[in-house]
Amino acid sequence: MVTTPETPVPASPTYPIERRCPFEPPADLARLRDTGPVPARLPSGQDAWLVARHADVRAVLGDGRRFSSDRGHPAFPRPFAEAPTQPIRPLSMIGMDGAEHTAARRLVVGEFTVRRAEAMRPRIQQIVDERIDAMLAAGGPVDLVEMLSLPVPSLVICELLGVPYADHDFFQRRSGMLLRRDVGGAARSTAMDELMSYLDGMIAAWEQDPGDDLIGRQIVRRREAGRYERDELVSLAALLLIAGHETTANMISLGILALLEHPDEAVALRADPSRTPLAVEEMLRYFTIVDSVTSRVTTEAVEIGERRIGPGEGVVALGLSANHDPASFEHPDELDLDRGARHHVAFGFGPHQCLGQNLARVELAVVFDTVLRRIPGLRLAGAVDELPYKDDASIYGIYRMPVEWAEPGCE
Amino acid sequence: MRVTADRNCCIGAGQCVLTDPVVFDQDADGVVLVRVERPTGEAADRVGEAVGLCPSGALRIEHD
Ligand code: SF4
Repeated sequence: MVTTPETPVPASPTYPIERRCPFEPPADLARLRDTGPVPARLPSGQDAWLVARHADVRAVLGDGRRFSSDRGHPAFPRPFAEAPTQPIRPLSMIGMDGAEHTAARRLVVGEFTVRRAEAMRPRIQQIVDERIDAMLAAGGPVDLVEMLSLPVPSLVICELLGVPYADHDFFQRRSGMLLRRDVGGAARSTAMDELMSYLDGMIAAWEQDPGDDLIGRQIVRRREAGRYERDELVSLAALLLIAGHETTANMISLGILALLEHPDEAVALRADPSRTPLAVEEMLRYFTIVDSVTSRVTTEAVEIGERRIGPGEGVVALGLSANHDPASFEHPDELDLDRGARHHVAFGFGPHQCLGQNLARVELAVVFDTVLRRIPGLRLAGAVDELPYKDDASIYGIYRMPVEWAEPGCE
Repeated sequence: MRVTADRNCCIGAGQCVLTDPVVFDQDADGVVLVRVERPTGEAADRVGEAVGLCPSGALRIEHD
């Protein structure tokens, strides 16, 4: 570690930083924002710099030249105790830099424009209504995660990609394992391999007759560009499949929990759904479920905050901390659905900012509006502090969320 | 004021379109298109916001 002598490095915090309650960001984060970047020992045995201020996080993630996303670099921060038993095939563009990354992203980003996401709204509404019908028919208490939070994004991404939803158990189990920190290296490798072979077999079959879905269109498009390689498309499909449902699913659960915990805000939102898009931004900021996935490795000596960091060192950008930085957000630890702050980094920042963000925004808005409208008597069947939160996963959320509801009119 | 976009560094995140769908658009490949080069009034304020939100630094404002 390279530091200037006049700024002694504070004591190493533990990392990952435990996050027990979704409504209370860890106190350590405030300390990290005060000190500026500090080195931390990762479960992998590596050392990496924790970057906690909003401005610093944006500076790191916004500069793809000096902060590389090369996941193959030995110093690239790995939040897992055990390394995979074999090198994991790179998950598509998230591990690329510069022009290579831009070119890879360009091939697919047209599928995720604001307009394309809006065009999916009616179908998303239908999916949400069907899931809520099923939930109401089942009668409470039910597990909201199983009945709503997971199936909605899973159905959406399956339809978009062209992957059969009937197989969702198979790939949800594997993607869930890949995101848990406590899963061993061998199990992680196996899960990834199984997911990749599943997609490889499917894509191989489709090569003969590409359909009108994202994967089919990608086959055609990549062939026309003279750069079709099945491996590349398999990695892309795996990335979209994993990123497309765990993230949105967790935001659905947490967002609904927030509405249940803030009944006044829920009433106000129900009365005026035009405010939902900004409410969604606030929930994204407040919970920041993708916190430390945004890691980088320096390509040259850099200065972050007041600290000098040498080349080839790992940096972890703490999104939750950035989004609760009082220098950028007033009363950051309060959930204020009218805040209207869109400069959060819940989708990351810079060249790798979430590809699916506009789809996620539409999904979340449709779910929140529809739940508020159709199940006004929704409540938690149990205590909020006893829910199984995902303290052990790279993407924060809730494993199970039992809910019940009063029949309309009986509130 | 005049708004310009560097289409080479745009990563198609769409923050600009969300901020002002009249001034900004995305082509079929997701790359930014500036539809109104010289926005005025509230649109000009929103363009300022879009510049701050753009994750790739693709947007620039020039003051005449
Ligand atoms: S916000 Fe920036 S990166 Fe995103 S589409 Fe607009 S110009 Fe491109």
